Amino acid sequence: MLAIRTGQKVEFSEQSLQKVTEIINRYPEGKQKSALLPLLHLAQDEFGGWLSVEAMDYVARMLHIQPIEVYEVATFYSMYNLKPVGRFLLEVCQTGPCMIRGAEKLVSQLEEKLKIKNGETTTDGLFTLKTVECLAACGYAPMLQCGEHYHEFLDTEEKVDQLLDQLRRKAAANN
Amino acid sequence: MIKVTIDGIELEVEEGTTIMNAARKIGGEVVPPAMCYYTSLKGSGGKCRACLVKVAQGSAKDPRPMPKLVASCCTNVQDGMVVLNSTSPEVLETRRGIVEFLLVNHPLDCPICDQAGECELQNFAFDHGLQKTRSEFHRREFDPIDIGPHIKLHMTRCILCYRCTMVADQLTEERVHGVLWRGEASEISTYIQKAVENDFSGNMIDVCPVGALTDRHFRFRNRVWFLNPMDAHRNCSKCSGKVVLWMRGEEVYRVTARKDQYDEVKEFICNECRWDHYDTKDWVVEGPRAVEKWSVITANKYSKETVELPEQLFSKLDNAKWDSFEGVT
Amino acid sequence: MSRKILLDKIGIAGIETFPVYRSNGGYASVEKALKMQPADIVEEVKKSGLRGRGGAGFPTGLKWSFIDKKSGRPRYLVCNADESEPGTFKDRFLMEKLPHLVLEGMITASIALEANLSFIYVRGEFRWIIKILEKAIVEAKEAGFLGRNILGTGYNLEIVVQTGAGAYICGEETALIESLEGKRGNPRIKPPFPAVSGLYGNPTVVSNVESIAAVPWIVNNGGAEYAKIGVPKSSGTKLISACGNINNPGVYEIELGLPVKDFLFAPEWCGGMKNGKRLKAVVAGGSSVPILPAGLFLKTANGEDRLMSYESLADGGFATGTMLGSGGFIVYDEDQCIVRNTWNFTRFYHHESCGQCSPCREGTGWMERILHNIENGHGKMSDIDLLWDVQKKIEGNTICPLGDAAAWPVAAAIRHFRDEFEWHIKEPKECMVRNFGIAEPAIV
Repeated sequence: MLAIRTGQKVEFSEQSLQKVTEIINRYPEGKQKSALLPLLHLAQDEFGGWLSVEAMDYVARMLHIQPIEVYEVATFYSMYNLKPVGRFLLEVCQTGPCMIRGAEKLVSQLEEKLKIKNGETTTDGLFTLKTVECLAACGYAPMLQCGEHYHEFLDTEEKVDQLLDQLRRKAAANN
Repeated sequence: MIKVTIDGIELEVEEGTTIMNAARKIGGEVVPPAMCYYTSLKGSGGKCRACLVKVAQGSAKDPRPMPKLVASCCTNVQDGMVVLNSTSPEVLETRRGIVEFLLVNHPLDCPICDQAGECELQNFAFDHGLQKTRSEFHRREFDPIDIGPHIKLHMTRCILCYRCTMVADQLTEERVHGVLWRGEASEISTYIQKAVENDFSGNMIDVCPVGALTDRHFRFRNRVWFLNPMDAHRNCSKCSGKVVLWMRGEEVYRVTARKDQYDEVKEFICNECRWDHYDTKDWVVEGPRAVEKWSVITANKYSKETVELPEQLFSKLDNAKWDSFEGVT
Repeated sequence: MSRKILLDKIGIAGIETFPVYRSNGGYASVEKALKMQPADIVEEVKKSGLRGRGGAGFPTGLKWSFIDKKSGRPRYLVCNADESEPGTFKDRFLMEKLPHLVLEGMITASIALEANLSFIYVRGEFRWIIKILEKAIVEAKEAGFLGRNILGTGYNLEIVVQTGAGAYICGEETALIESLEGKRGNPRIKPPFPAVSGLYGNPTVVSNVESIAAVPWIVNNGGAEYAKIGVPKSSGTKLISACGNINNPGVYEIELGLPVKDFLFAPEWCGGMKNGKRLKAVVAGGSSVPILPAGLFLKTANGEDRLMSYESLADGGFATGTMLGSGGFIVYDEDQCIVRNTWNFTRFYHHESCGQCSPCREGTGWMERILHNIENGHGKMSDIDLLWDVQKKIEGNTICPLGDAAAWPVAAAIRHFRDEFEWHIKEPKECMVRNFGIAEPAIV
C-alpha cells in the first residue's frame, strides 16, 4: 500500500479554479464525476507533478464524491504519479516497436548518464527515469516523453546528451 | 414464459431470467459454479468466468450457436435456447482453466486458512480443478491488515470478485474501501488505512468467497467443522435478526447471516446482531441448521436423518420455495 | 493505387487552421448534412462500406444505425482517440495535422446521430494534441460551425475534449465510456451495447478518429463513390502507420487492396528493409494481430499475392493469415528475436489488463513470466505447450477483447516460430544471440 500525505495545504490557484468550473460545466447536470480525470491532471500539474492524499481528497471534495472513488481512479491510470517525481519525468517507451529500434539502449544510456536506475530520481531532484508502455510514436522510435513533449528518434548518444543538456539549461534558467 | 433447455432438461422461465437462475431452478449438476455473482448485489457477476456455459442454440428464432462461451450469470435466456453446462467437455475444460487462473496467485495453504471448510474457491477447485498446479511462480503476498475492529483483510487470498465493494456501495452509506491499482496488481484496500465502520460492514465477510475478509472475533478460534450451526433470531430494529449461531457446546463462537445452498445471503444482518450478542439468552434458537450433506461442516455431527433431510427436501420441494424452507429443522 | 481522401490536403501550409482548412473546401459536409435527413446520412455511410478503423473492422454505418432514437433520451457521439495499440500512431497524425477534418467529421456524424453533445476522448499522453483540438474547437465555434444554432439551422452541438490518463484498455469502447464517466476503465459486460445504453446510460456511438475523418468525404461525394475506392468489402482508404526495421517509417494513406509487397518495398511507402537486412516477420495490424513470417505475409498459403485489405490479410484464418486490425504495421528484420518480441508484447498486455476478469488478470501475468523465463534461458520444453494452453484458455473467455489481444500474439509466435522457442530452451547460453530463425528464404 502506498499512500503519501504531505501535510501540505492544497488549494488551486484562482486561474485553476476557473478552469475547474469550466471543466465541470462541460458535462450534463449531475454528471460532474466525469471531470475526475481532467481535474486529477490539473492537480498533478499544480501540486508538484504528483498526487498526494491531500490533493486527491481535495479533488474529491470539489466533485462531491467519496475519497475512495478518487483513489480507485488515480491508482488505475498510469499517468498519475502517487509518489514525488523529479522536475523532469523521463518516460521511455519500451514496447515492441521501440524495443526493436533501440529502446533498451536508450534506457541504459539514461541510467548511466543520470546515475540512477529505472524508477529512481536523481539526487538533485531534477530527473526521474521511468519506462512506460506504448506512447504511439512507434515510427519515431526510440523515444521518450517529458512533460508535454515527445522527444523522438533518440537513436544516438549525442541526441540523448543534447536532450539532457537542454533540460538542465531549462531548469537553470527557471531558478 | 419462455422455454429453455439446459443439459437436456427443459423448463419454462420468465423472460429476463439469466441462464444461471434458470439452471438454479433445476438444481444439481446443471447449476454453473459462481465465484463472483451474488443475486442480491446489483451489478455483481461476469468477472470470475467460472460460470461460462455453451449456448448450442441461441433461440428458436435464431438457432445459431453463440460463437463464444457466455457468462451464465449475466446472459438472459431466449425462447428455445439450448444451453450446455456439465454436459459440454469444452465448458468443463474451460472451467479447469478458470480454477487454474484463480489459483495462479492464490496460496495453496488451505490447512492454515481460516476459511477452509466454507471456502467457495476450495469447493470450486475440488469440483473442477486439476490435481496439481502448473504454475511454479511466486504468488503475490500481502500482510494481513485490520480494517477496523471487526474485519481482517488478507489480500493474499483475494480473488477480486468485487462483492465486498458492492456490499459497501449498496448496503452502507459511505464506502471507504474499494479496488485499487490495476490488472494483476489490483487490490481491495482502504488506501489510507481506514476503519470500515458502519452498521452493515460485517456482511462483507459473509459475501467474501474466500478467506480474504474474515471476522476478527472468530479468526482461528475454531474450525468451522467443529461447530454446530444453529438457526436463531431476535428482534432487531436494524435488520431481520435472522442469523446462524455457530456453537460449540453452549458457547457461541460466531454469528453470521443465513446462506442458501448457493452460499448466498438473502437477508443481510447488522453488526449488532453479528458481534454484540454472543449469549444464547439473547436469541430464540430455532434448531440445527440444515447443512448440505457433502459439506465438511456436517462431518461427525448430525444424525443421518438430519443430514439427509435437506437433500430429501431439495428433491421434493420446488427450489424456488427455498426461502420458505429456510429455518426448517 | 495511391488515392488520398484523408491526407489529400496535408501539404497545404496552415491547413491546421480554420481559415485555410475552410478555404480548401473544409466543412462543406456540415453544410450539406444540415440539409439532409439524419437517417439519410447514416444510409450514405452504410452504402460506403466504411469499416471501423480502430481495429475491429465493424461496419461504421451499421453501428450508427443501431443507436436508439426512439427512447428520446439524449444521444452521444464519442470519438475514440485513445490510440494505444503498439504499432499504431495514425490517429495522432490526423489530429495533429488535420484537427479540423476530425472536427468536421464529428459534427457531421453528430448531425447524423442527432447528438447535441459529443466527446473526443484523447489519450492523456497526447497533451499537445489536446491543445490543438481545443484551439480548433474555438475556431469552429467562432465560425458558427459549433455551439448554439449552427449556421442558423437551430441545431446545437458542443464538442468536449476529454483526456485519458494512461490506460490502453480505454480504447475498448465500454471501458472508454466508464473512463469518461470518471471511473476506472473497466469494460462493461455486454449486452447492453452502447447504442442502447452507453454514456450515462444513454444511447451512444463510439467511433475511431479515422472512421470519423472519412465521413466528410462520404457525405460530400456519396457513399456509392466511396465504395468504389479500394476493393469490395474493403472499401476506401486506410491509414497505415509503418514502423520497425524499414527505411521510411511513418503514416501512409493507402487505397485498400494495395499489394503488401508494394507497400513494404516501394520507395513511396516503407521503402524496403533498413540497412539491407532480410525480412523476417510482419505484424500487420497492431500488436494484437497474429505475427506472420515473411513468406506467409507476402503470399497467402495458396500462393496468391497478399493485399492490404481486411479479407486478404485474413486469408487462411489464423493458421496462415492475420488481420488488418488498426493498421499498425510492424516490420521485423532477420536480427529480431521473436521470443523477445512476444515476451515484450505480453508484458504490455499484462501491464494493461484492467484486472476485472480472472483469465486476463491472471493469465497475462502467467504468460509473461513463462516467456521471461524462456527468453532468459530458464525455460523448459514443456513451457511451450503450457504457454499454448494458457493462451487458449484466455482467448474468448474474457469480458472484453483484451484477452484475445493478449492471446493471439503468443499463439501466432508459437505457431510460426516454434523452432525459435525450442532453440531458446535448448541453447540457453546463446539466447542472447539475435540472428536465429529466418523462417523463410530472404526476400529483398
